[in-house]
Amino acid sequence: MDRIPVLAHGSADAVVAYRAGQPITAGQFLADARALAALLPAGSHVLNACTDRYRFAVGFVAGLIAGKTSLLPPTHVPEVIRHVRRFAPDAFCLHDDDAVEIDLPLVRYPASPARPGADWSVPAIPAEQLVAVVFTSGTTGVPLPHRKSWGRLVAGVRIEAERLWLDDGRRYAIVATVPPQHMYGFESSVLLALQGGQAFCAERPFYPADVATVLAPLARPRVLVSTPVHLRALLACGIPQPAADLVVCATAPLQATIAARVEELYGAPLMEIYGSTETGQIASRRTVASAEWQLWPDVTLLTREGRTWAEGGHVESPTPLGDLVDTLPGGRFVLRGRTEDLVNIAGKRSSIAYLNHQLAAIPGVVDAAFFQPEDPAGQSATGTARLGAVVVAPGLTAAAIIRELRSRVDPVFLPRPLLLVERIPRNATGKLPRAALKSLTPGA
Amino acid sequence: MAENAEFMQSSPTSAAVAAVRDELATLITAALNLDVAPADIDPAAPLYGDGLGLDSIDVLEVALVISKQYGIQLKADSDANHLIFSSLNALSEFVAAQRTK
Repeated sequence: MDRIPVLAHGSADAVVAYRAGQPITAGQFLADARALAALLPAGSHVLNACTDRYRFAVGFVAGLIAGKTSLLPPTHVPEVIRHVRRFAPDAFCLHDDDAVEIDLPLVRYPASPARPGADWSVPAIPAEQLVAVVFTSGTTGVPLPHRKSWGRLVAGVRIEAERLWLDDGRRYAIVATVPPQHMYGFESSVLLALQGGQAFCAERPFYPADVATVLAPLARPRVLVSTPVHLRALLACGIPQPAADLVVCATAPLQATIAARVEELYGAPLMEIYGSTETGQIASRRTVASAEWQLWPDVTLLTREGRTWAEGGHVESPTPLGDLVDTLPGGRFVLRGRTEDLVNIAGKRSSIAYLNHQLAAIPGVVDAAFFQPEDPAGQSATGTARLGAVVVAPGLTAAAIIRELRSRVDPVFLPRPLLLVERIPRNATGKLPRAALKSLTPGA
Repeated sequence: MAENAEFMQSSPTSAAVAAVRDELATLITAALNLDVAPADIDPAAPLYGDGLGLDSIDVLEVALVISKQYGIQLKADSDANHLIFSSLNALSEFVAAQRTK
């Protein structure tokens, strides 16, 4: 049985992370993970809600050591946590925020660091071990679990390291604006650093000025892992940024013109990653050089029943993509838009069907339909366009519906606007035609 | 300068805060495409969550508006950051005091 070490750093004093610009060694990291593994309760599922990336990573590796599976739902709203409890009744929540509002047994991340032992040995985990379950919105109103084994997670990020030229023997410092709980952040900050012998930053900078503050004190080479939303904000704010050696972008395709400006801002190449929660990352491109994506070597795409499926390599099982794809020879492809039902707002993904279920489940709502905006190309500075919704709910106010919906879906999906109507003009197939929608939308 | 010092106040006048508040209400509703009239925003209600209903993407958009309009770069590590978004009043006071243009 193959076993893979939890990290690729060669010695106890190799740097595995930075916090406030100060290095944290691999020896300290493993001591923290072993100490936490011994503290975890009996349940075999951990919902890791740590906001600090170092604590998240320690929690994940503690789970590996203790044989526990990390649960990574897309959002922590009560409705989703209710389904997590049903999926894994023994789940507990590891957190580092005393104001946490997650309805699971809570385990606080330890206040003080562990004392590193004298010996340097790195735990190795069986490749088959189920180490994470990530969730997506299904189409029935119930979040869908996707199981990730250790070996396949590692295989995916090893190829990522090659694609991003991070396997050149240098030690990179990785700063990410994305949370470690999101599949992209999980792979491209935590796993990429642990399995590539690199170091990640504990911080998750939010404002453009914060990104500059976190990057500046780190020795080069350094990497910024971010999203179209944040990269657009970094360009729009107009403040200078410290040089980087690589910028990585994912969650939604980036326009080549924006990519070129980001490359200029950081004096570094920008590489885009394509993937999904179900498949993990499967392709990359240098956006300024080509619109074509290059698949990971062992992953293939095939078209079946009008949809494109990914399979092979680290992909656990054949998986339909949420995008319309034109495949090209040599493992290349181009994107042609998203499949009708899927929505992606600021890198968070859901489906119209799932969101409609959540609206319809609110007491007093008779009929409801979310819709995508007419012009999804972002009018806002970060390029974010919100969904709208039409709702039939006699006796309810829009504010009351929004309040209830807030406990059911991630805030980015709250409709803007929510229009109360007497009747939704559906056609014979139950769909909501655009023309009919226009007649309901004031000023559209 | 010295002779003017006694007339200068370190905190902005309430009229200056009120002017910023009206301007911000208009800028925010436009930038975020909110379904509410600027004058209908409760200046004492939280901007996050159950108040005006802003989320983290909105906060990033508002930060860009404030940087462009007033020359202020928001930072998450400043202690004031939580308070700044506690209401339109709080945001207006912060902007009026910190603006560089």
